[in-house]
Amino acid sequence: MDTKNSTSVLAANAKPPASRRFAKFFTDVYDVYRFIVRFFKEAFVPPYEFKELIKQCYEIGVRSFLLISVTGFIVGLIFTKQSRPSLLQFGATSWIPSLVSIAIMRALAPLVTALISAGRVGSSIGAEIGSMRVTEQIDAMEVSGTKPFNYLVCVRVLATTITIPILAIYNGLVAMLGGYLNVAVNEGTSFSTYVQQFFQPLGFIDFESSIIKSMVFGFTIGIVGSYKGWNSSSGTAGVGKAANSAVVTAMFLVFIEEVIIVQITGWFR
Amino acid sequence: MEQNKHEIDYSEKVISIKGLEKSFGDYHVLRGIDLDLYKGENLVVLGRSGTGKSVLIKIISGLLKADRGDVNVLGQDVVNITTEDLQELRRRIGFSFQNSALYDSMTVRKNLEFPLVRNRKNLRRKEIDEMVERVLDAVGLKQTINQMPAELSGGQRKRIGIARTLILRPEIMLYDEPTAGLDPITCIEINNLINRVQENFNTSSIIITHDLTCAKATGDRVAMLLDGQFQRQGKFDEVFATDDERVKQFYNYNFIQ
Repeated sequence: MDTKNSTSVLAANAKPPASRRFAKFFTDVYDVYRFIVRFFKEAFVPPYEFKELIKQCYEIGVRSFLLISVTGFIVGLIFTKQSRPSLLQFGATSWIPSLVSIAIMRALAPLVTALISAGRVGSSIGAEIGSMRVTEQIDAMEVSGTKPFNYLVCVRVLATTITIPILAIYNGLVAMLGGYLNVAVNEGTSFSTYVQQFFQPLGFIDFESSIIKSMVFGFTIGIVGSYKGWNSSSGTAGVGKAANSAVVTAMFLVFIEEVIIVQITGWFR
Repeated sequence: MEQNKHEIDYSEKVISIKGLEKSFGDYHVLRGIDLDLYKGENLVVLGRSGTGKSVLIKIISGLLKADRGDVNVLGQDVVNITTEDLQELRRRIGFSFQNSALYDSMTVRKNLEFPLVRNRKNLRRKEIDEMVERVLDAVGLKQTINQMPAELSGGQRKRIGIARTLILRPEIMLYDEPTAGLDPITCIEINNLINRVQENFNTSSIIITHDLTCAKATGDRVAMLLDGQFQRQGKFDEVFATDDERVKQFYNYNFIQ
């Protein structure tokens, strides 16, 4: 390779200077902000896409039930099994239902549901909207005088915001059953006693914070998937990148939000 | 091949463009475009790939913003138009995409209904069905009504794409490479369809292509886009009666008889 060519290849592969990357980061943040503002501007004004909203709730919610059921059951079972030896040392196995309920209802159920949804739903939203972008289907909707942002983005974000809290509660209840299996086998506790002990330590704020947290997670998964898809670059590689990036970014943000919401909830407890 | 035999009203401009410029970074795609489209006219824009033909119609339809110049479409200034007015204007413009851009998760029927039910409120089910069947009949594909886009051939997809724009009865049709990637027979069918649309729906059209057969069959006037500007405009034979090597080269590389 001659010197001129090798120099140009190096230049093409070189990272942009730090100042430009810094500027790009803030431009991206501003774009996300505008995207979110646009969602709030368009989501609650006509035309309302009720049919599509129900379809998306079905796609996101009903089609996730099996996955959520299996993971919820396993989480409940494993968590109970792993907690038993420590509590056994203090002769406090009767506290297992209370421990499981606090851990699951306050933290694990919303978090596990959000992470599974980020993987299953976030990637599919990113890929679906991304492929519509690169095949000019979104442009086709725009030039026909319709509102693709409303039809594609608002509907999906609303669907994830509505559905993920329902899935999180369901996940928590299934995890409760998983925990019961372990408790029943080892202690022979009756189901009614287990359920009573399970709900005893939980207050209204626990359910309230879990539901609000899951709504925030749902909104994040929907908006990140839609944003990545809406802004995906040309070609199949761009669609794959959008789907992948939607999952990674949504999961990262879910963890950050978990920390913040736990902190805020702590002030009210 | 059917020839276009329609009347053009030269007293009424439906599109008027003056000094249009558009760049992408350092690449100046359009460098001062002047263009008029008259009512009932089929204008063919010819040019090599990457010369900005598609950019031109995307600016006309408001999908891209012009850097400089005036773009007037059906009496509306597209450069300084509000979102609501642009929405309204787009209902009067049909855009046929190069790759058809059919909504691949919907059947042909749903594809056609999508713009209709969102732009014409209070239509009854019977009226919607009639309108869908009418435009499908116009493009000769009534039998595909319940098929998915993936089950259609390239030519059928193009025709369904055109049908989807016709359902709103547009005054202007913008065709982006209508014959790209099609076999010669299907190309002739598409050319005939473009002429039939003009006659039956009384549209004015801009047809973006580098296919000279399509240009000759459909164009009342041809404009040759070179180096970001229209270098030659006129009837098909007039445009190619030149010593300009670039134009001659373009002509010679097309297999026209």
